[in-house]
Amino acid sequence: MASLRRVANLFRRSRLDRDISEELRAHIEMRIEDNVARGLSPEEARREALVRFGNHAATKERVVASDASLGLAEWGRDIRYAARHLRRSPGFALTAIATLMVGIGACVVVFGVLNALVLRPLNLAGADRLVQVVNKQPGDDSQSYPDYLDLRARNSTFADMVAYRVDQAGMSVGSSAQKSWVYEVSGNYFEMLGVTPQVGRMIAPSDEHGPNSAPYMVLSDGFWRSRFEGDPRVVGMTVQLNKHPFTIIGVAPKTFHGTELFLWPDFWIPMVNEEQVQGYSFLEKRYNHGIYVLGSVKPGVTVVQATDNLRAVGKGLAKEHPVEDGGMEPRLVRPGLFADTVGDPMRAFTVAIMGLAVLVLLAACANLAGIFTARFADRTRELAIRISIGSGRWRILRQLLTEALLVCAAGGAAGTAAAAAMLNVLSRWQPIPEFPIHVTAVPDLKVYAVAIGLSLASGILPGLVPARQIWRMDAMQAIKSGAVTAGLLRRLTLRDVLLGVQIALCALLITSSLVAVRGMQRALKAPIGFKPEGVALASMDMHMSGYADKTALPVQRRMIDAASHIPGVTAAGTIDSMPLGTGGSNEPVFRDGTTDFRPKNTVTVAKYYAISPGYLHAAKTRLLAGRDFTWSDDDKTRRVAVVNETFARRMFGSTSAVGQHYVEPGNTRIEIVGVVEDGKYDTITEDATAAAFYPLGQYTASSTVLVVRSERPVAETMSALRGALAAIDSSLPFTLQTWPDALTLAMFPARIATAVLMVLGVLAAMLAVTGIFGMAAYSVSKRLRELGIRVAVGARRTQVLRAALSRPTKVLVVGSAAGLVLGVLASRLLAVVVYQASPKDPLVLSGALVLMVLVGLAASWIPAQRAMRVNPAQLLRED
Amino acid sequence: MATKDLQGTLELLVLRTLAATGAMHGYGIVQHIQRASEDLLRVEEGSLYPALHRMEQNGWIESEWALTDSKRRAKYYTLTAQGQRQLKQAEESFDELVKGVRAVLRYA
Repeated sequence: MASLRRVANLFRRSRLDRDISEELRAHIEMRIEDNVARGLSPEEARREALVRFGNHAATKERVVASDASLGLAEWGRDIRYAARHLRRSPGFALTAIATLMVGIGACVVVFGVLNALVLRPLNLAGADRLVQVVNKQPGDDSQSYPDYLDLRARNSTFADMVAYRVDQAGMSVGSSAQKSWVYEVSGNYFEMLGVTPQVGRMIAPSDEHGPNSAPYMVLSDGFWRSRFEGDPRVVGMTVQLNKHPFTIIGVAPKTFHGTELFLWPDFWIPMVNEEQVQGYSFLEKRYNHGIYVLGSVKPGVTVVQATDNLRAVGKGLAKEHPVEDGGMEPRLVRPGLFADTVGDPMRAFTVAIMGLAVLVLLAACANLAGIFTARFADRTRELAIRISIGSGRWRILRQLLTEALLVCAAGGAAGTAAAAAMLNVLSRWQPIPEFPIHVTAVPDLKVYAVAIGLSLASGILPGLVPARQIWRMDAMQAIKSGAVTAGLLRRLTLRDVLLGVQIALCALLITSSLVAVRGMQRALKAPIGFKPEGVALASMDMHMSGYADKTALPVQRRMIDAASHIPGVTAAGTIDSMPLGTGGSNEPVFRDGTTDFRPKNTVTVAKYYAISPGYLHAAKTRLLAGRDFTWSDDDKTRRVAVVNETFARRMFGSTSAVGQHYVEPGNTRIEIVGVVEDGKYDTITEDATAAAFYPLGQYTASSTVLVVRSERPVAETMSALRGALAAIDSSLPFTLQTWPDALTLAMFPARIATAVLMVLGVLAAMLAVTGIFGMAAYSVSKRLRELGIRVAVGARRTQVLRAALSRPTKVLVVGSAAGLVLGVLASRLLAVVVYQASPKDPLVLSGALVLMVLVGLAASWIPAQRAMRVNPAQLLRED
Repeated sequence: MATKDLQGTLELLVLRTLAATGAMHGYGIVQHIQRASEDLLRVEEGSLYPALHRMEQNGWIESEWALTDSKRRAKYYTLTAQGQRQLKQAEESFDELVKGVRAVLRYA
């Protein structure tokens, strides 16, 4: 109440004044009346009353003061005073504000991204109860459809469970097909998520009546607007999806983008119709994992209870289906980031970067504290005089703090504004054009709250540093000696420590950045099992033109033939999905003779690909032993495979793998006819992975990437290829690109990580420069007179220079050394996010050293010049 | 400690006065204290008003503009419940103070 009144009083100051005046006047008038009543003359009565009352103005002031509205009014005065002070030293103010802007800006941007990707749940009602059901093994995130049905039916802790998967499909209205992104969802998907349509209706549980029973489609708002101009009459319209008719039944609300945070679909279709889209059905196949399962935990049930419940269900399923579900152990994770696959590295990375950004802010704060301390030292005399004439130390501290707060408000506002602008740009950014990736990092309330908190903390803490000195200050001593700095400079001062800390932090950040950049360099040069340079890719899903896996084969052969006849082409072949692309499948592998296909008997899990003869040649994947496939490896001959080194080693150790056999579930015996070099299949940072290649003739696939290597420029090959493919089947939609371009997505995380670390490194270097510059400039300006005297008595330039700069240099050396050591230690953490981040890299260490020396030189250059140009005669005349 | 309450004596007197009169303006309080103490205590106007406003901030008293018997507008103060409690406490510690001082005086 009282504080409310104080605030209110601020806005009614004049009323309050009037109120008090009137009260006091009434008092005097009453005294006069009494005096008159006692028989005094009116003049005497008034005189007596006034004398007795004393100093009217002083009393009123005291009343106002005790009325504590004073607190705020005085605040206003303090702010005006501080602002005046800052205006008088714009260099200080601007440096401090810019420093804070950098630190806070960096933190807010990183926090904004962290918030968008890690902290903010899916934008749905009840999102806090939403969990994703994954498996025991991290990264093993998908379920089979029969398992989903069983998990859903047998649990007792979930209100409901839904299934979805993300796929691409060719959608055509009329004649031309367009590749689009589709979510296949279970019938209860929208119902459980509580999503209601803006037009028409959503897919409902009652739509499902077994496989291919519900050819319905719900459009996303974006797709509806871009493809159908937002026309509400689309409801009821029939479109073709991979040549199968689907009826549009509704449009999702603008705010709903599916259940992955940054991969937004164009439309949704019922999962029961997946066969029409994919060409084969997984609905009956318990071993076929590939769908994501989300559950909504019942109110009052904890995640632990739900997990226990699902484990029990899983155990039952494992008993009933020992082959497919053996060892099943469901686990619950937060939805929205493709579970652990993207979620874990993303979380690790953003949290690591947040840590580094906080270090930048800390460095900025240390910098700021240094500036404040220096400024305090400069004002020692003025402050000492104020203390000696009776100004309270609290009062002075309050003024210094007000100044600090003003600086941090300005710096924080500038930093937050810059960060908000950057986050908005980031939200519109489409890093990989062919993927519907949206990072909605638009700052929300949480981000602004963090920004304000950071600004306050980073302004107040450095501002408090000089507080200690205010209490220790001996006013008389300070006035006499002019400035206490002369004495302080001899010892290790607080400023030295602050600068040292700041330099150490900067060296740490610079080292980290270099480690990351080198790691990235290595990652890009690391063997990936193929050579993308000079290769053109044409990718297509032949389902989209109505082919089945088997009928696709002859067309694929014709395409390879046609490509081989393009002038300059040295090799051409197909693969069903690109290594380091988004697709690819895994398969457990068993020893020859195994009949028990439970997971515990698995030797290894291998990535597998269907390739045509010529692919290995076109990809320049080295064949280490055995032979490549030929077109005579078809369904009439025995099953064969080419495996990679890791596969061969895990299966057969050091004995030659060629000629050996293994089996895959379903009891197919496969002979190994060749061994190729290892490669990277999912990410460039993955560990050695087993892989097997099957001949297209035995393992038909409609999903096709034509790989064409040519001696001529890739652009030339691509245009020739476009014509050749159109001649074979003009209705087949395909994407043409160079192989290096196709790897953008695979390289993206490493590239972005490196870019972010580099930015932080540059920010850190900037802070180091301003910090050292400030320190050097300050110590030179403080000692200008002393340096002048030295020059006057004949000191050489080098001696002057040493006198002026030895101190900052020492701090720089010690700080950098500490930072380097920390950096080396921190690189272990970086290894989580950056491939082959190794601190034991002479280039990194020497690079960091050279950079820190450069930073030191750059920062002390101007102060050094000033020290050298000291003119003793002029200096001694001054002051 | 009782000694601290020496400064609080004015506040005690004001609280007591308001408890006795119900509601009173500043001038009335001065007059009341002077009369009740048989002219022994004279309250400084310069200290009274800051004290009144401080006490109001503390929530011990409330104020309201009203007309006096002579139809003059004046600010009347009344005790709040919190002020009642404060008065009780202040009286107790004042009694202790007096007892203490007296004991010391008697000792010599």
